[in-house]
Amino acid sequence: MEFLRPGCWEEALAAKAEHPAAVPLAGGTDVMVEINLGHRRPGHLLDLGRIGELSEWEVGEREVRLGACVPYARIVGELGRELPALALASRAVASPQIRNRGGVGGNLGTASPAGDAHPALLAAGAEVEVESVRGARRIPIDEFYTGVKRNALRPDELIKRVHVVRATGPQQFSKVGTRNAMVIAVCSFGLALHPGSRTVRTGIGSAAPTPRRAAEAEAFLAGALAEAGLWESRRAVPPSVAKRFAALAAGACSPIDDVRGTAGHRRHAVGVMARRTFLWAWEAYRNGAEGAA
Amino acid sequence: MGTWTPTAAGLVPAGLTQSAARGGIGESVRRPDGALKVTGAFAYSSDLWHRDMLWGRILRSPHAHARILAVDVSAALALPGVHAVLTHDDLPAAQKTYGLELADTPVLADGVVRHHGEPVALVAADHPETARRAAELIRVDYRELPVVTDEASATAPGAVVLHPDRDDRHAYRAPHPNVLHRQPIVRGDVAAAARRADVVVTGDYEFGMQDQAFLGPESGLAVPAADGGVDLYVATQWLHSDLRQIAPVLGLPEEKVRMTLAGVGGAFGGREDLSMQIHACLLALRTGRPVKIVYSREESFLGHAHRHPARLHYEHGATRDGRLTHVRCRIVLDGGAYASSTAAVVGNAASLGIGPYRVEDVEIEAIGLYTNNPPCGAMRGFGAVQACFAYEAQMDRLAAGLGMDPVELRRINAMRQGDLMPTGQRVDSPAPVAELLRRVRDMPLPPPLDTEDPDIRDLPGGLANTSHGEGIVRGIGYAVGIKNVGFSEGFDDYSTARVRLEVVDGEPVAMVHTAMAEVGQGGVTVHAQIARTELGVEQVTVHPADTQVGSAGSTSASRQTYMTGGAVKNTCGAVRERVFAAGRRRFGGDRPAWGGAGLRLDGGKVVTADGEVLATLAEVLEGEEPIDLELEFRHRPTEPFDPVTGQGFGHVQYSFAAHRAVVDVDVELGLVKVVELACAQDVGRALNPLSVVGQIQGGTVQGLGIALMEEIRVDPATARVLNPSFTDYLVPTVLDAPAVPVDLLELADPHAPYGLRGVGEAPTLSSTPAVLAAVRQATGKALTRVPVRPEHIVD
Repeated sequence: MEFLRPGCWEEALAAKAEHPAAVPLAGGTDVMVEINLGHRRPGHLLDLGRIGELSEWEVGEREVRLGACVPYARIVGELGRELPALALASRAVASPQIRNRGGVGGNLGTASPAGDAHPALLAAGAEVEVESVRGARRIPIDEFYTGVKRNALRPDELIKRVHVVRATGPQQFSKVGTRNAMVIAVCSFGLALHPGSRTVRTGIGSAAPTPRRAAEAEAFLAGALAEAGLWESRRAVPPSVAKRFAALAAGACSPIDDVRGTAGHRRHAVGVMARRTFLWAWEAYRNGAEGAA
Repeated sequence: MGTWTPTAAGLVPAGLTQSAARGGIGESVRRPDGALKVTGAFAYSSDLWHRDMLWGRILRSPHAHARILAVDVSAALALPGVHAVLTHDDLPAAQKTYGLELADTPVLADGVVRHHGEPVALVAADHPETARRAAELIRVDYRELPVVTDEASATAPGAVVLHPDRDDRHAYRAPHPNVLHRQPIVRGDVAAAARRADVVVTGDYEFGMQDQAFLGPESGLAVPAADGGVDLYVATQWLHSDLRQIAPVLGLPEEKVRMTLAGVGGAFGGREDLSMQIHACLLALRTGRPVKIVYSREESFLGHAHRHPARLHYEHGATRDGRLTHVRCRIVLDGGAYASSTAAVVGNAASLGIGPYRVEDVEIEAIGLYTNNPPCGAMRGFGAVQACFAYEAQMDRLAAGLGMDPVELRRINAMRQGDLMPTGQRVDSPAPVAELLRRVRDMPLPPPLDTEDPDIRDLPGGLANTSHGEGIVRGIGYAVGIKNVGFSEGFDDYSTARVRLEVVDGEPVAMVHTAMAEVGQGGVTVHAQIARTELGVEQVTVHPADTQVGSAGSTSASRQTYMTGGAVKNTCGAVRERVFAAGRRRFGGDRPAWGGAGLRLDGGKVVTADGEVLATLAEVLEGEEPIDLELEFRHRPTEPFDPVTGQGFGHVQYSFAAHRAVVDVDVELGLVKVVELACAQDVGRALNPLSVVGQIQGGTVQGLGIALMEEIRVDPATARVLNPSFTDYLVPTVLDAPAVPVDLLELADPHAPYGLRGVGEAPTLSSTPAVLAAVRQATGKALTRVPVRPEHIVD
């Protein structure tokens, strides 16, 4: 196994162009586990650790430009206001040690349906900025996940950063696991209210081949909120609306039975999480909060 | 050296005062390796290193049952850096199998593999990565065979027989060759007693396969010696048992296999069976180079015996006033592909199968199966754990049937000293079952959940943010259990301790040398405490454990403080007598008090029963040869259980613990947070209270683990292990481990050294059913299987 250590972004892109099968190594929290278990033996590892700009972020007017290697611990500590769902998701990632190493770029690169960041990115709205020696492009998050552990990256491309829409309303993230910390998601759910556009976005994790939005549930909820003028009145939502939203979110799942959980429980739990996260977010919206707690 | 002053009583050293040795028994002496382990400086067996050493690697079967048609090692041998590749054909001695109780386990597969992960070939190479690649280059031609995975498939007509030519001591009474062992226990007249019952409850229960999940993977270093023998440094639980199994397979006499205990990173029963010991020795002897083997985590999950999964059927009856009329039960334990300690686990499950209750009329049957599932053997609680989960669920079910408080029902039926076990064995030391239950019930309850503004770390789901208080219901449950201490059924169990006492630079110094495996239980601390107390010496050295001293028996069955602690006490007593003899020889002529009864050693001095100081140890031993004694210590004998009735004085000692669990359950999502697991346990005598509490808290959390999350998942179609890693084999984290308040009762067992009772296992028993009882109370679900999974609560 050859270990490539580019000193700058351009070198990294050149290396990736030369060795398209090279596996990028950022925090290493996925890659090293796979190597240690013998599940993966890449010919080349491409260490991104020396490229400082990948660990930087910038808060813009409309979006946060989040470097691929910004560790989860920093997202929790410093971006809770701008990216509340992602910060909540980051807090649920693994252990403190992993949160100090791992970042969103790794989650996106692995594209596991169980990655904690995905539902939050789907709910907030985001674009993944990728680049190769041929040039840069931005992939909408809705089009990024293409299959189980597959994404829209081309072989010579590297993930540089994610442009995540800044929260203009409350956001939530919730994850079911079979212990109370350090657990891979059995299923997860992200939700963001976008009062400006009068829309609600969602993200479902680990309950389908890819992370996905619950489009029908989102449309139903936006319609119900608009119809009753609730965005303006900030009144309580009728229980039947929350219930229907939950059922539609559960219906958006295509889960499987595996060693971590059953399809039935995943579908059920996504419904419960959808109802709870929506009610928490709506309560925060009624109280005038911009972000989630 | 003191000056000698004439007094009325004769010549006595000047300046002597009475002072008891510090750090003796009853004190919470700190572990010598505690800080090293916390700071990462402790050297574990995986840290061993030797100049010129090679790395060993084991090729394991990907199939649970297959015939090996051919093995081609040529490509592996051709890889540069590879020094040896060994298969079954390369084994040097006539003896090619090993085993704890029955030698039914091939060192390397002999034409057939019987479980996923069975060792097939060995590689030694100059780098671990080279060894790994070489192992991948070994071509093994398998033809898969059908698997048997449970009682039905293992005993079905035409079922493939895993060990067709059995001639072991259990074979003649096994109802089927795939039944390794069967132990019935029959007392009284169950049919008649059942007619007296006003309420009868039955239940079927299932216990998943738990893993010991120690953190230090199997590892060790074998160094070939000039005499043709081998020195083996390894993490294990019983050096001499390893030695007995290793030497014949190497074709060496035992004295040419010298074993030294390396740093052990946890055991819990999982190091009772051999792992890499023979393999490393074979490679070292073949290559003439030191060979180190360290299992990966995945290999560790495949490479050691787990706790037996079990299916249990129970029937309990009681009269309206809550008195048990009878218990019937049948316990089926899955031993997997090889015997390991399954037979002894069966004996435990049967004899402890109805729990710490008085029942005159009992019918128990326990069997252990051979299947193609992973081998199962020893784990903390050893057969008593599975039974306790079921009989305590039954007691709650019975209480519900009677409309009675579950603690009250247990109190009414609680065993007391003098009562008979189902085996007919009289319990002849304190059995404070009702008292332990009263104590956990009377402990203050934790405060109710703050549903207004909860800290989400205190809620089910924790930081995964699944609830802000919604859906959460609190439940409380109780359980009590009984565990045997020591090896049972007539096993001639003994421990050896060597103690040396000498004067070095004018100071008395003791050394304790045993072969006891320190696996975290605290023996090294307690042995020094015992020596201080018995010899009145502060400076005590604990010699590294090796086979240059007699066997200390196994670090298991809650036996080490009783047995090797007892051996240290026993040898110290003999050393003390030698001191008195030397003193009498030197000074006895002048001081008649030397001839008196009740002399003792205290504060580095010889003291009379009245507290009069006769001499310092230094004075007595100055110029003498060191006193150096090695003696064996035995507990009172036990006897086998009758093959038909199960009657017999089978156990050395019993140990009791009770738990009260308080849980919060998110009943919509099926998530559980254990708020508190209070434990009361009779420990006889706490030689080191801090260690005792640590054992109880650890055992309690291990019981919580199987209650809620820990399970080796095996695909029933292929018998392959599905989750051999800590990614999907979940053990409790700090956010899952509750407060564990501990109430120690110290009622002396007159048969045991210091009156102590083995403590390590009992808390693992009652913890699990207490958690289950609490979750059942919160959810109203029957929950007859552990670990409980969220879908069991929600569905």
